[in-house]
Amino acid sequence: MRENQLIYRLDWLTIAIYFALVIGGWLSIYAAEYNPDINNSIFNFSTSAGRQFVWITTSVGLITFIMLLDFRIYDTISYFVYGGMVLLLIAVLFFGKEVAGSKSWFGIGSFEFQPSEFAKFAVCLALARYFSKSTRKTSELNVQIIGFLIFVVPLVLVVLQGDAGTAIVFASLVIVLFKEGMHPIFLIGAIGVAVLFILTLLLNQLVLIICISAIAILIIGLVSRSLNKILVTITTAIIAIAFVFSVDFILTEVLKPHQQKRVMSLVNPNADPLGIGWNVTQSKIAIGSGGWFGKGYLEGTQTKFDFVPKQTTDFIFSTIGEEQGWMGSVLLIAAFTTLLVRLIFLANRQKSAFARIYGYGVTSILFIHFALNIAMTIGLFPVIGIPLPFFSYGGSSLWGFTLLLFVFIKLDAHRMQVLQRM
Amino acid sequence: MNRSLIIQVFIVMVGLTFAIRLLSIQIFNEDYKLAAENNVIQKIIDYPYRGLVYDRNNSLMVFNTPVYDLMIVPKEAELKDSTRLCQLLQITHREFIEKYEKARSFSPILASKFMEQIPNSLFASIQDQLVSFSGFYALPRTVRDYSSPVMANTIGYVGEVDRRTIRNDTTNYYKSGDFIGITGVEKEYEKYLRGKRGTRYQMVNVQGVVKGAFKDGEYDTVPIPGENIQLTIDLELQEFAEKLLKGKVGGVVALNPATGEILAIASYPSYDPASLSGRDRGKNFLEIQNDTLKPLFNRPLQATYPPGSMFKVVQSLIALEEGMLGPNEKIMCEGGLIGDHAPPGLYDVRRAIEKSSNNFYFKVFKRVIQQGYEESAFLDSRIGLEKWHDYITKFGLGRKLGVDIPNESPGFAPSLSYYDRVYGENRWKFSNIYSLSIGQGELLVTPIQMANLCAIVANKGYYITPHIVKSIDNEPLKSFARNEVGISEEHFDPVIDGMEQVVLYGSGLRARMPDISVCGKTSTVENPHGEDHSGFMGFAPKDNPQIAVAAYVENAGWGARAAAATASLIIEKYLNGEIKRTWLEDYVLKGDFADKKVEKVEKKDTLQLKPLKEVAATLQ
Repeated sequence: MRENQLIYRLDWLTIAIYFALVIGGWLSIYAAEYNPDINNSIFNFSTSAGRQFVWITTSVGLITFIMLLDFRIYDTISYFVYGGMVLLLIAVLFFGKEVAGSKSWFGIGSFEFQPSEFAKFAVCLALARYFSKSTRKTSELNVQIIGFLIFVVPLVLVVLQGDAGTAIVFASLVIVLFKEGMHPIFLIGAIGVAVLFILTLLLNQLVLIICISAIAILIIGLVSRSLNKILVTITTAIIAIAFVFSVDFILTEVLKPHQQKRVMSLVNPNADPLGIGWNVTQSKIAIGSGGWFGKGYLEGTQTKFDFVPKQTTDFIFSTIGEEQGWMGSVLLIAAFTTLLVRLIFLANRQKSAFARIYGYGVTSILFIHFALNIAMTIGLFPVIGIPLPFFSYGGSSLWGFTLLLFVFIKLDAHRMQVLQRM
Repeated sequence: MNRSLIIQVFIVMVGLTFAIRLLSIQIFNEDYKLAAENNVIQKIIDYPYRGLVYDRNNSLMVFNTPVYDLMIVPKEAELKDSTRLCQLLQITHREFIEKYEKARSFSPILASKFMEQIPNSLFASIQDQLVSFSGFYALPRTVRDYSSPVMANTIGYVGEVDRRTIRNDTTNYYKSGDFIGITGVEKEYEKYLRGKRGTRYQMVNVQGVVKGAFKDGEYDTVPIPGENIQLTIDLELQEFAEKLLKGKVGGVVALNPATGEILAIASYPSYDPASLSGRDRGKNFLEIQNDTLKPLFNRPLQATYPPGSMFKVVQSLIALEEGMLGPNEKIMCEGGLIGDHAPPGLYDVRRAIEKSSNNFYFKVFKRVIQQGYEESAFLDSRIGLEKWHDYITKFGLGRKLGVDIPNESPGFAPSLSYYDRVYGENRWKFSNIYSLSIGQGELLVTPIQMANLCAIVANKGYYITPHIVKSIDNEPLKSFARNEVGISEEHFDPVIDGMEQVVLYGSGLRARMPDISVCGKTSTVENPHGEDHSGFMGFAPKDNPQIAVAAYVENAGWGARAAAATASLIIEKYLNGEIKRTWLEDYVLKGDFADKKVEKVEKKDTLQLKPLKEVAATLQ
């Protein structure tokens, strides 16, 4: 009886969009690899499409499992999951296997597993748990800082793995902090830190320090009148200069050359020997040649060459752009936008703070993936290696996103029970 | 302001930004469409040069000649000016449309073969004009060509790999369109000859003009040419052997007895190997395959004949080794046991070989088969036949020799189980199998087995497995196994003396040469389907054998004529480098071996079988 009721309480719109995206992705992976000379079946396990079918099937199993577990368990285990994940992220730095320049994979036999994909879930749980305790005032500074650290710790670990893309994904969780009452100045501050970090990589250290000092003096001279404000400005400038020094120190003294290269490729993708810049050009040409309605399924000419790296993963959108045209692309974008707006709607109707904050975490992570992945394929953002959720090829990523989303759907389905208990 | 709403609006804004950006890329900006059209990347297979084949004296035998595959990308092909293209390619408009539709149904955007293997001569005249036809381009590759139209069956041919081979290929090397050795040496040494395919990616614009290598060739692989092979064949000798066989049906094999090297291996009728190379291959193949004389049948390795009287050499050696015959023992042969051309009288092994006495070998073989171990002739024959079968197996009969040319026939050597099947266990004895004594009956051999037998005699007791490849890429092949036949060396002396007498005074007179001592044995092989087959094996010189030859000429009658003359000419050619006995050469080339002329010395080893009952009575 209870299961039956659960089915009626699920948000079927979200689930429908999820399956539309997963199946669309599967077909696109097949199209990206399709070669009429070989003409493999979509179920052929030696192809990415065939393996993706296995991931999809197992994801359905995962969904069933999530639905059968008690919804209260997530609140209880969140810190354990978080702690375990942080340990795994540290372990992968030592025991991981290097794939395409990032040491973010565990290889156990032929099975490969990327802990950072599941860390997103762990961080969302931990954030939700931390902020949902009613004794804490989320607008207080120390609460904000601890909340900040919850996602910055895995972020730093992921940067050390050389996976800059996933690091930016963690940074997206400031949206949750923003929603939970953080003063916008921190959002600006966080962006400032990111900009400073990138500038440190791009510019000469001395030039940067002079610039910071000059800006500080200008602010003091032109704007600030009170002693308090002058002190704040000077402190900020000193912190900024210390940050620049420490980034530079860590980069040149602590990190090994190959790790330095990984961090550097964040700002200068063209330095990548695989030629990511060329990849963007190809991607834009493929999408651009699609026109209104595209060339038709499996008829693409630009996305069919298997020597273009990440054709089925990070650049999967170019297949849609070429073969389905503007209409298909916009349909995909609309599906994602609808999903995200719907998730916020669902988050807002939660009775428990835990479920609401978790919902915002899920939304933030899906949003940043969607936005940055499509932005990089159409040349609006530098290339960072992050997949398009539900769409791109990959078992860890599909499972990770499925877990993230369906735990929220499960929590949402039980939102009224929380009220009864309280 | 409601922060949740801010986030929602922000998300929708991002979505809208993307939609607008895509509108500009996909709809309003033509550059990308042009870029896409100018950005077709062609994957071009660079086929490797197949390894060359040389003879033992480094004369080139098999090489590669350029041809061109005309490729089409149907979507880019312009059909307006097809009439001119048809003229250039010398095809009808109807053929053009057929080919175009075929390519289009394969794939409108991928290149496929429009016309295959255009010879260099035709291509030279259209090359310049081809540029003006968009969607067409030529892909150079090579096909086999031959310096001399010989040894087609043994060299074998090369063709495009078929689907089944690709499916069964565990190494996953072959792809559709690759060439593969289908028969002969081309098949046997395929993995050395084929080399390794290269791949090139190049940027081509919509006019089919190559804009250069893709990413400066970063993804390209260079083809690796196949390894060259040197054969043990003496091309001049091979050509001569084929010339002699012309107009006849049969096979000749010449070996170097000391090394097992095949010096010549000729089969006739044959075909011009060049006819199975190039674009008319399919048509020519059908024609050759349907030829009633079976030119694709590699007679020296595949045709099986009874050994006939040549087998008396083996029978002598087995009897001597078994102690059933003394080296100087004389046996009185009255005749009458079996049909015979040799006169009655006293025979030792030398005279028996010279005169090819059927009655002598009837008696000797009976001694070998029924050695008296058992009282029952049935049981005794079993012991004898088993011993005998062991011997002839060691002689390389009834089994494959392991030659490095495909499709070798094992021939047939009847065993205990064979006779048990035919007559029933313990229901046969010598009287059922006596025709084996003179190399008739169930026994079947191939010409190369006979040449090898001759080499065994020349070597006095062993043979090196016959082979045709001497070195690969200038690297000599590992030494070949020495196979002992289990006959003491001294037993060969009387047999070799007998074989010398065959040539000096007996049926092998035509093989006689003033300056070379040839040892040989003729066979006139009973053929129930028509005229007898002519057979001969011989080696020379007697004291330091350089060459061992076996020849079978089908339906040519006496072994003393066609086969002996052919084999002896090959010996002369190889040892002296030229033919002094031009009259004999003319005789063979003329090919008239019929019985009209009066010949003095010939003896026909006819097997005139008496009714079984009668034979059985004499044996009691």
